[in-house]
Amino acid sequence: MDLFPLWNSLRIALISAVIVFFSGIFCAYYVAKLPRLVKGIFDVVLTLPLVLPPTVVGYFILMVLAPNTSFGGWLMEHFELKIVMTWYSAVIASSVVAFPLMYRTARGAFESFDVTLKYSAQTLGLSNMYIFWRIIMPYCKQGIIAGTVLAFARALGEYGATSMVAGYTPGRTATISTTVYQLWRTDDEVNAFKWVMINLAISAVVLLAVNFLEKKDRLTGSKAASVEIRG
Amino acid sequence: MSLDLSIKKDFGGFVLDVSLQAENEVLALLGASGCGKSMTLKCIAGIVKPDEGHIIVNGKTLFDSDKGINISPQERGAGLLFQNYALFPNMNVEQNIMSGMKRFSVSKAEKKAICRETMKKFYLDGLEKHRPSQLSGGQQQRAALARIMVSKPDILMLDEPFSALDSFLRWELEQELMRVLEDFEGTSIIVSHNRDEVYRISNHIAVIADGKVDCYDEKTSLFAEPKTYQSALLTGCHNFSRAEYLGENRVRLIDWNTEIVCEDCEEAKYIAVKPGLVKLERNSGGVSAGFRVDKIIDNFNEIILLLSADSVVSEYSSLNVRVAKEEWQSFAGSRNINLSLARENILILNR
Repeated sequence: MDLFPLWNSLRIALISAVIVFFSGIFCAYYVAKLPRLVKGIFDVVLTLPLVLPPTVVGYFILMVLAPNTSFGGWLMEHFELKIVMTWYSAVIASSVVAFPLMYRTARGAFESFDVTLKYSAQTLGLSNMYIFWRIIMPYCKQGIIAGTVLAFARALGEYGATSMVAGYTPGRTATISTTVYQLWRTDDEVNAFKWVMINLAISAVVLLAVNFLEKKDRLTGSKAASVEIRG
Repeated sequence: MSLDLSIKKDFGGFVLDVSLQAENEVLALLGASGCGKSMTLKCIAGIVKPDEGHIIVNGKTLFDSDKGINISPQERGAGLLFQNYALFPNMNVEQNIMSGMKRFSVSKAEKKAICRETMKKFYLDGLEKHRPSQLSGGQQQRAALARIMVSKPDILMLDEPFSALDSFLRWELEQELMRVLEDFEGTSIIVSHNRDEVYRISNHIAVIADGKVDCYDEKTSLFAEPKTYQSALLTGCHNFSRAEYLGENRVRLIDWNTEIVCEDCEEAKYIAVKPGLVKLERNSGGVSAGFRVDKIIDNFNEIILLLSADSVVSEYSSLNVRVAKEEWQSFAGSRNINLSLARENILILNR
């Protein structure tokens, strides 16, 4: 059995999780501080990929990156870079789809942060950098870890946007989810079943991790928004 | 002047407009919740930026809207003890205290030594490795104070320092805090709505009401002879009548339906019965006002009387006075009672 889809899925999910970790925290931290109206608008835009069908997200990504569009064409022309139908285009698709999970969970954590801690740290002369990494982040740790795990899980299971943007090329862009579909479509039910079981195992581990973190979270008393995983 | 402050900030519907001066002493800001006391501290600390004005501590300008100066909170040297103490929950007591010295370029060993010494002084020995959540309320306050003191602030500000503690701990920590304040060389500001606390701890008191300094005075004179409605209210009066000057030293007490004669009351807006000097009288006339006795409540060694003025109904027409049991004995059974309004029993309030 060729394990490329497993390896490909894992690297896509891991890289997406790293991208979403930083971008999600960045957006969450700044959006949490905005005035109510602006916050509402940003919130809608940044959460949209969570509620849109993944194929619609894929459509938008293609509109930007496909070689026959202006940006995609520009990349092609100047860098000879064709992004669509490669494994890293799947990273882009997974990141966009998984972003809202990280963003919303992290934002919930930042909003529950006791802001007097920041103020007292400032009056004690601690730098804003120190305050963010040594006080705010540890305080919001549970929520941020939970968000990262959810985003990783979502990226790992991404199908719709990935299949539109990266397609299915065995040994090049095949992921677990696109492989399952392909195998089932070609009546290879035995192998499809194997991949289903692999996927189930990974998802179970991830969910156990989330539950464990949430339980620990409840015990320590700080609250983080919990968001359901959408397939 | 080690503190010179004059700030204005519009919060939309609520305007903070405070001017204060203080020497190296303990200044108390006394006021009901939401009056702007804590906001004033936040402005001094640099957490909230005033719209206009200036803040000068020990000759150092922290904020000046005309000169465009607004020093960051990190560089103000303003120690602020928050109501919930704001200890960092992810750090133990030692790390919390050490964080107050982060800005000094001294060797780590030296900082550790200062930390140990300070912990001893604040009765925190043996709690180095404890997390804030493992400390009692009193220990948390001591740890937070220790953290502020090692940061060597130029001004020390305490926001409702005892509000999170039960009454027994309150007293003990108040004594400790007094020692800290005595040792501290700069200006200290304590914010509170507890008049007894404020009286014991401070030298000068500023009564804050609705975002403004209602009055500012030395504590003994403020408590003995409050001059405004707000300061009388906050120092323990709760029996007021609106007053109207009629000319020729005659003042009409609108809510108590009577008139008194007194000097220097041309500007009287309110008359209050001094809380500790309630004097009951049998006969009306002279300088007294008649009230109906609505309810008599036994309060162990005193009697609480709920009275209401005849023929007037307003928010001020009900009274709540306390008299000693012996004094009440000779009046027991009376349905109507007169309160003395002699000059020594009343306060004349101009605002």
